Amino acid sequence: MIPILEVAGLKVSIRTDAGPARILDDVGLTLRKGRVLGVVGESGCGKSTLIRAILGILPRGGAVDAGTIQFEGENLLVFTEAEMVERIRGRRIGFIPQDPLLSLNPVFKVGTQMLEVMRRHAEGTRRDHVARLVSLLKRLRVPSPEAALERYPHQFSGGQRQRLLIAAALACQPGLVIADEPTTALDVTTQHEILLLLRELVDEFDLSLLFVTHDLGVVAELCDDITVIYAGQTVEAGPVAPVLRTPGHPYTRALIGCHPERATSFVGIPGSVPPATRMPPGCRFAPRCAEAETICGANLPAQAPGQDGVLVRCIHAP
Amino acid sequence: MNPVLRKLARDVPAMIGLAIVLVVVLIAILGPWLAPYPGDATASHLLRRLKPPTMAFPFGTDNLGRDIYSRVILGARGALQVAMAVVGLAMAIGIPLGLLAGYRNGFFSELIMRVCDVVLAIPQLILALALAQMMGPSLQSAMLALSLTYWPFFTRIVYADARRLRESLFVDALHGIGAGTGRIVFLHILPNAISPIIVRATIGLGFTILTAAVLGFLGMGATPPAPDWGLTIAQSRLYLPDAWWYALYPGLAILLTVMGFNLLGDGLRDLVDPRLRRSR
Repeated sequence: MIPILEVAGLKVSIRTDAGPARILDDVGLTLRKGRVLGVVGESGCGKSTLIRAILGILPRGGAVDAGTIQFEGENLLVFTEAEMVERIRGRRIGFIPQDPLLSLNPVFKVGTQMLEVMRRHAEGTRRDHVARLVSLLKRLRVPSPEAALERYPHQFSGGQRQRLLIAAALACQPGLVIADEPTTALDVTTQHEILLLLRELVDEFDLSLLFVTHDLGVVAELCDDITVIYAGQTVEAGPVAPVLRTPGHPYTRALIGCHPERATSFVGIPGSVPPATRMPPGCRFAPRCAEAETICGANLPAQAPGQDGVLVRCIHAP
Repeated sequence: MNPVLRKLARDVPAMIGLAIVLVVVLIAILGPWLAPYPGDATASHLLRRLKPPTMAFPFGTDNLGRDIYSRVILGARGALQVAMAVVGLAMAIGIPLGLLAGYRNGFFSELIMRVCDVVLAIPQLILALALAQMMGPSLQSAMLALSLTYWPFFTRIVYADARRLRESLFVDALHGIGAGTGRIVFLHILPNAISPIIVRATIGLGFTILTAAVLGFLGMGATPPAPDWGLTIAQSRLYLPDAWWYALYPGLAILLTVMGFNLLGDGLRDLVDPRLRRSR
């Protein structure tokens, strides 16, 4: 089956005062239709840049240097800005942001803002759009959906607002939805509800979901596949179960070690992600890796297939 | 009633301000019908010059025998017109510049904001005086001078909001669906700044009436025989202190009007941002 989204060898750099910074350096991921792919990594490892590259909204000074982004068999990188606006964003790829309050404009009613996007991208009349929004909100268990459309963003709680944003992402019936840590700002119970809801929606609306997070617990709960990113590189990818059970890359193991529920003994990862302008030669995780040997600092390993269809970028990988 | 309005209604000074402003606006609109001697805007009656207040002339008469009560009433319209024109022009200059400077980055933004800093660093009145003098004394040049020195207040307000919202996700999203800069800043960012703009404009109206009166007093605004309040006070100087009524009533008119706008503006500001309690 062709994947709905396939990113391969993606390299993105952003111009900075200190010269170009390679934020993404050989990132790959594969999202198959109807599945949920979790993209995991620490802050600063390039998750947001990856999303922006896929949506074609890199910040000023950012450019894709190499690689491909295949979406439903088309290379998004050859699309012009106008084509992305017209055919992709909002229409075929929905986006669920994190909920800082300013995801929605505070001075306009929620309904007004959602309908504006639908007016551009969805079929049918305004009345159809309102009906669709109301049924979506009902499905997302937003209380009194008709009234909700007439309210302003600040009149909702965090969890409700997140539901509104999910509804907005689904409004134009996209095939692919990209979610950027949509549950990070929420408390644990609300987070759980939203995750359950997302899972249901994926099956119900025949969606494919790219779910970006730093929380392995969320991945275990929601995702079918996982791609672990470190310092702008894919370090491990594969189905969730084998990756979490027998992680092949030391970074994945270290991440699991940081997770209070999964770790047998709680250990952090020493140091932090190196800045993009000062990447170590060889394996990028080597300076922080407990299992590193001299050879790790010398050459950068390629991604090698391991067991159960898992790809690992480590010379120690079995 | 709207809870915001209810809160405003409970603010006694703001309500007094609102009442004064409404009365002044009514007087400005109905001036020619309210004034007992509407012709006294321009006429002169030398036989009854400098009469103290009586029943016939409640505020007395001036050096040309004109009824000061009528002239104070007739002056309201001019004062409000000047204030609205000045504040309107200042908004028309300041708001787009602030939106642009806040939304964009780079040399042009910096330039706008540094010009703002320079203008704000010099007391408005002094700068306006210099400008008005350069353009030649007339009402138009006084108004232009006041606008050219007041726009940075609006620029700063709008700049702050544009800066704050520039990085917000809804702006990103608008970008993503292909909205242009003009559409984003005017239709989506500007509405977020409306309340501080209204507050600033209200206070600005009062402030401009005051500075316009000062310019009139210094002979750089309205020209005789216009029933301008500042100008009237200037003309009264020769007859003080004997003809005290000549300066007193136009002065009171300025005082009350400016106070009205300031009280209302402060009340509105407390609604928008209760932390700032300072008038300017």
